[in-house]
Amino acid sequence: MNIETTQTLDKYAQDKYKYGFVTNIVSDRPKKGLDEEIIKFISQKKNEPDWMLTWRLDCYKKWLKMSDPQWANLKFPEINYQDIYYYSAPKGFENKPKDLSEVDPKLIETYNKLGIPLEEQKVLAGVAVDAVFDSVSVATTYKGELEKLGIVFCSISEAVQTHPELVKKYLGSVIPPGDHSFSALNSAVFTDGSFVYIPENVKCPMELSTYFRINAEETGQFERTLIIADKGSYVSYLEGCTAPQRDTNQLHAANVELIALDNAEIKYSTVQNWYPGDEEGKGGIYNFVTKRGLCKGINSKISWTQVETGSSITWKYPSCILKGDNSIGEFYSVAITNNYQQADTGTKMTHIGKNTRSKIISKGISLGNSQNTYRGNVSFLRKANKSRNYTQCDSLLVGNKCGAHTIPYIESKNNTAVVEHEASTSKINEEQLYYCRQRGLSHEEAVSLIVNGFCKQVLQELPMEFAVEAQKLVAISLEGSVG
Amino acid sequence: MIFLNINNLNVSIEGKKILDDFNLTINQGEVHAIMGPNGSGKSTLANVLAGNEDYEVNSGKIIFKDQDLLGLNIEERAQIGIFLAFQYPVEIPGVNITPFLQASINSKLKNENKPELDTLSFAKLLKEKAKDLGIGPDMLKRSINTGFSGGEKKRYEILQMSVLNPEFTIFDETDSGLDVDALRIVTEGINKFKNDNNSFLIITHYQKLLDYINPDYVHVMRNGKILKSGDISLAVEIEKSGYQNF
Repeated sequence: MNIETTQTLDKYAQDKYKYGFVTNIVSDRPKKGLDEEIIKFISQKKNEPDWMLTWRLDCYKKWLKMSDPQWANLKFPEINYQDIYYYSAPKGFENKPKDLSEVDPKLIETYNKLGIPLEEQKVLAGVAVDAVFDSVSVATTYKGELEKLGIVFCSISEAVQTHPELVKKYLGSVIPPGDHSFSALNSAVFTDGSFVYIPENVKCPMELSTYFRINAEETGQFERTLIIADKGSYVSYLEGCTAPQRDTNQLHAANVELIALDNAEIKYSTVQNWYPGDEEGKGGIYNFVTKRGLCKGINSKISWTQVETGSSITWKYPSCILKGDNSIGEFYSVAITNNYQQADTGTKMTHIGKNTRSKIISKGISLGNSQNTYRGNVSFLRKANKSRNYTQCDSLLVGNKCGAHTIPYIESKNNTAVVEHEASTSKINEEQLYYCRQRGLSHEEAVSLIVNGFCKQVLQELPMEFAVEAQKLVAISLEGSVG
Repeated sequence: MIFLNINNLNVSIEGKKILDDFNLTINQGEVHAIMGPNGSGKSTLANVLAGNEDYEVNSGKIIFKDQDLLGLNIEERAQIGIFLAFQYPVEIPGVNITPFLQASINSKLKNENKPELDTLSFAKLLKEKAKDLGIGPDMLKRSINTGFSGGEKKRYEILQMSVLNPEFTIFDETDSGLDVDALRIVTEGINKFKNDNNSFLIITHYQKLLDYINPDYVHVMRNGKILKSGDISLAVEIEKSGYQNF
């Protein structure tokens, strides 16, 4: 690697985070730490029915007996669960505001700054947004229009009140609270997140989207999202996230459950841009997320697309349980790590039904001193006749202090199943850089172009409105202060 | 104006001397061919002109359009009109030629303080140039050089040249790996592009290429130096009796 390349890469490594500002707002939060008291406090704040509180407390008891999973390729000090605030809401949020006139202008300004306008006249065309600030949902746009089609799109706290039968039936049905410590923890203390129900044979006409913002210091965010696509329906959902720049680590442990019934399709996209920590690896979000989709019905389809650029630690495996015959699971991922970021991410495809198919395309890009691991588990159960999986994992190393790892597990109990696995690791190529620069492009433009080309297969899976944004985000993750 | 003047240039790579007091002058509108056996330093010359940082320039001078070329980096040289048609154009998966070349031409326009081209007018320009060279729209949709045959890659280089309109083009063994048909198509492209304002340096091992392009000067290079210069008859002589007489 020549000097100029090293210089450019160092410049990239000094990435500046654009969303690191703090909103000065008075927050309402209980004492630090976790006990039954706090759970009762959260439940009471949300005015929850008894069954919900009982569920939370059961999950808490499970959590107490569990320890955090240790198998990931991640290094970080043990999390002190008593040193975190479990609830934080802007003051005056005992009841969700009916409309924006009741919302503190500082909050609206925050979302404007993040590029997510909430005012009706400015909302993103064709995208309905649920904005979650720390532990509460601030506003949900386009709600009325969606209601006309019978679509329910609201915060999960609201759904507990308005659609208890659906919540009771499906909450924890895809991710059992006892699955691992983070799912038990989330189930005990979850605060807000989105709830979506698409009725039979309805194609949701717009993108549904949740924007998560962590603002308060030393506060964990435990969001819970539940999406149910009834028979023959379709929905595309997008999630975005940012947090202020702080030198302490913050915990984000979300649970997302998707359920697709017969012939239904759910497309779930994430653009994750939590604060990644500074150049020395100080601060940043610990992102321990459990996302799982159940293709419950025949011919159903769940597709995960993720662009992971932020967080100091990413521990995340959006998975599909392919239970219905002929169901399809897909996972498209771009994970970029820079400085001292660590990512251990991938997917799990569990083939249960006959003729089920899954596809995994993973692109990992490592820069600076970061470590980037793909971890995948593809399994075929006994009855998964004639099922197929195709996996492609590509890693790109930029510089010589970073690492890329690929850990695929494949298990088959059915001898008619077909598995294909392709993997490649490459360094950013001096010859490609030379070629681009000989055509007049600067070093930075060349790297950005090559990386974007490397990710294209995944980026093109994103909804149109966000593909361009994601492309820019990829460039920014590389470019540092430019732009 | 001095168009291109290479004066007593000494270049080494990892301590090994490749160009030895090398001298060459090229004027506007001229076509020069450099022939030589393997290891004579031909490709080094091409890469040093383009600014490749793997080579160490120990002494000497290169003046291009009255500017000290050695003080400029790769992209700055490209922006003032130097184009290198590569011997082995590299594949760039996932990157389409349209945004790539648009960024490329705009870097040049920006350098000249001219207004940059928007996507629409650039796409029009690219389509026109491609049509001139018999390159179909399907080929424009593919990733740069990815999965291309040797001939396709070279045609892509010619297309890029004609879009960027450089004043000085270096062909680094453009004929290598081409069959006669591909060679004819590529050289037709070059001939179409040639005019009084642009100059060419054609580096080749064989005389074959020079059957299609008529150079003003032919130079024979060996051990990092030009040993003899002349006209096309020199190439004919090499074809007959090889390099042993030099």
